[in-house]
Amino acid sequence: MAGFWTRFKADKMALVMAAFLGIVILLSLLAPLIAPYHPAHQDIANKFALPSAEHLLGTDQLGRDMLSRILWGGQITVLWSLATMFCTIGIGILLGVVAGYFRGWIDEVIMRFCDIMLSFPNEVLILAIIGVMGTGIFNILLAMVIAKWAWYVRMIRSIVIQFMDKNYICFAQVSGCSARHIINKHLLPGAMGEICVLATLDAGGIILNISALSFLGLGVQPPTAEWGMMLNEAKKVLTINPWQMLPPGFAIFLVVAAFNFLGDSIQEALDPQLDKSMKKRLSIFSRKKAVA
Amino acid sequence: MKFYIIRRILWMIPIFIGISFFSFILINLSPSDPAEVAIRVNGITPTEENVAEMRQELGLDKPFMTRYVEWVTNALHGNFGKSYITNKPVISEFAEAIPATLYLAGVALVITLTVSVAAGVFCALHEGSAGDILIRGLVFVGTAIPSFWVGILLMWLLAVEIPIFPTSGMRTVDSVVLPAVTLALGYIATYVRLVRNTMIQNQHANFVLYGKVRGLKNSTITKHILKNSLNTSLTALGMSIPKLIAGTVVIENIFAWPGVGRLCVTAIFDRDFPTIQAYVLIMAILFVVCNLLVDIGVTIIDPRMRQEEG
Amino acid sequence: MSNLLAVRNLKVTDLRNQAEIIHGVSFELKKNSCLGIVGESGSGKSMTAKAMLGLTNPWLRSQGTAELSNEHGVLDLLQQDESTLRAIRGQRICMILQDAMSAFDPLAKIGSQMSETFIENKGICRSEARSMVLAALQMVNMPEPEQVLKKYSHQLSGGMLQRCMVATALAMKPDIIVADEPTTALDSINQRLVVEEFKLLRQETGTALIFISHDLGVVQHLADQVLVMRSGERVEYGEARSTFKNPQHEYTKYLIDSRLEMSKSFQKAMKRGAASA
Repeated sequence: MAGFWTRFKADKMALVMAAFLGIVILLSLLAPLIAPYHPAHQDIANKFALPSAEHLLGTDQLGRDMLSRILWGGQITVLWSLATMFCTIGIGILLGVVAGYFRGWIDEVIMRFCDIMLSFPNEVLILAIIGVMGTGIFNILLAMVIAKWAWYVRMIRSIVIQFMDKNYICFAQVSGCSARHIINKHLLPGAMGEICVLATLDAGGIILNISALSFLGLGVQPPTAEWGMMLNEAKKVLTINPWQMLPPGFAIFLVVAAFNFLGDSIQEALDPQLDKSMKKRLSIFSRKKAVA
Repeated sequence: MKFYIIRRILWMIPIFIGISFFSFILINLSPSDPAEVAIRVNGITPTEENVAEMRQELGLDKPFMTRYVEWVTNALHGNFGKSYITNKPVISEFAEAIPATLYLAGVALVITLTVSVAAGVFCALHEGSAGDILIRGLVFVGTAIPSFWVGILLMWLLAVEIPIFPTSGMRTVDSVVLPAVTLALGYIATYVRLVRNTMIQNQHANFVLYGKVRGLKNSTITKHILKNSLNTSLTALGMSIPKLIAGTVVIENIFAWPGVGRLCVTAIFDRDFPTIQAYVLIMAILFVVCNLLVDIGVTIIDPRMRQEEG
Repeated sequence: MSNLLAVRNLKVTDLRNQAEIIHGVSFELKKNSCLGIVGESGSGKSMTAKAMLGLTNPWLRSQGTAELSNEHGVLDLLQQDESTLRAIRGQRICMILQDAMSAFDPLAKIGSQMSETFIENKGICRSEARSMVLAALQMVNMPEPEQVLKKYSHQLSGGMLQRCMVATALAMKPDIIVADEPTTALDSINQRLVVEEFKLLRQETGTALIFISHDLGVVQHLADQVLVMRSGERVEYGEARSTFKNPQHEYTKYLIDSRLEMSKSFQKAMKRGAASA
């Protein structure tokens, strides 16, 4: 793990991205305190204002301050997405570790369940659940967790299985350590790096999904601010105020891009030999050398 | 190989049963009472009597298994009931919507294929050049940018500001351009990267060395590299086809494209359960069938995937 | 006997970090003889051969001379451009790679890949090439050559693919064949077959052979001269028989001693095989 931190800290762009995301999360959390206006505060006389000192990002069709709406919107788009991700990963780790560590019949049962879930197209499943439960941001979170958990269980299970092959796990098992001890002290810390990569790379996708569903109107309802919903409103006034579609779109793009970049950087810092195009073919002799 | 196909087709039966069961159960999980919804949607206030009447009319008072079997039998005959809203048979709306979605997905697929292969091969052959770096930058942007934002931007630029394309609908031939391009963008980003990386990887493969050792022409060696790279990439692209078809919802919404996605979203807003049910069933089946066709296709392209007969 | 190939002071440098990988190696190959290059993995044996043929990675620079002679004159391989080298590779110098499984394009049939070597090097048509392929496979005693033609590389064993490579090399009738660890990826039965094939090849065609291997027993069986390498350096070079009997350098002694047991049992297997054949 020491190698990981050294390499990660050396990657300047990764640090910039991590800092950026940290700031975004902070701003979203503090939105109620720092937003210049209330996000639902209307000022019809001042609608469609272009950026000015009063309204740094202009106003929308109801005269609401775009900057404030972006800040408040972050709470939903970013924070709820992270919540979704943590929930799904939580289930993924729980079931994935159980399936991958204990194998046997419990693995079979969990895997069959996952297969059934995975044979449904993601988008259809999400829409179906929302169709049944009704619209609303909480239902979106629920739908996305239900739709994605199987994929996470699969991925984490295969990570766990790879780790089970490692010598130090076998040694711990042979020396009679309890399963809980092995999982907590050896397996999880070792696998956490790859799980983080999974989480970071998927965070972007979740943000895109949640904002897309809100864009369709299936998530938050007006006047709640959310970046996808703001794009929906911007589309309606496209011909009158095209500027309105830029701030929320950029916000989504920048945050997702930062997550993607961070995920790639974490992955590289974990395994610097990941540049597969340069990987020489290992002959059986080089393998000998690597062990020695 | 025939055994493989037969086995896969046989496996589809329990999968279909599972899908139909799930689609049916779904509605029954709803916190709202379908009968109430059906009444409310038509602007009538639900009372105890008319709810009970509606329940009977919709057959909701029969036991669960009876309803399920009835529904499945009807579905096999293409009868998915009537929409709560329009009172038209659900199946007729799907009959119009499915071709529209397939058309959109098809055009998007063609665009993705051509652009990904062209850009990917270019990047691999000119690795490290300015063009390569530029395209890779665009690819990174493409994976992060929300497709609905691009759709709106394109719509504003090419349909409003410079009115080349229509903003919505399926009326003219060129009305498919903006939606298909928007839909394709996310996939193009993924596959340019895949084609490029596969080609670069193959450039260092052992069979390339052996080709040089044998004194083959560079063009011959490149042909071998290309074949292998395209093989891998097409396989991966094929796996995306079902996802492509299922994922047209947002684009259809932006461009008012009369496909199944739009049908479903409208149904969700209207709480039109029969339509939602039919959507889940039909799309899931389409998805599974597509997956099967793609798997068979992959087996044909790649000799390594074929089961040995001997 | 004149030298077919004379390599003088071959140096290979990694341009990325200026590290010298091969340090001034020299050797000669006479007509009809077999040179064995031995050493542990990482000693630079394969790289020497690849450097001669201009097949090293673009960030490696080769210096020195590698003179290839024939009745028309002398060519310094290291000074030639890519197109001349390409003409030489496959026609005058053929190489057999270590890993036969991955040497062939997995998506094309073996027959077509062998044919394309002949078509591009000799300019013949497809049907002629096909007959050449069949003849070549028969030369290496491949069972059911017609069937082998139609197969893909994943359908054949490593040993059979190795023999396809040998067959291709033989049919081109080159001046030199370079065999890079041809027995390494094989089981012992196939190893024996391959060594037999090479002996046959030497007897029948008189092609000079450079045999690269870490396996002293195999090299001892085939080589007239032996070049011992370690860490990119030439450690010992001379007549095979005398070198194996009386190794001069410490390292050669070490190699021979540590492999003696293994090569003894190999030779026993060879004798048994020869007796039962």
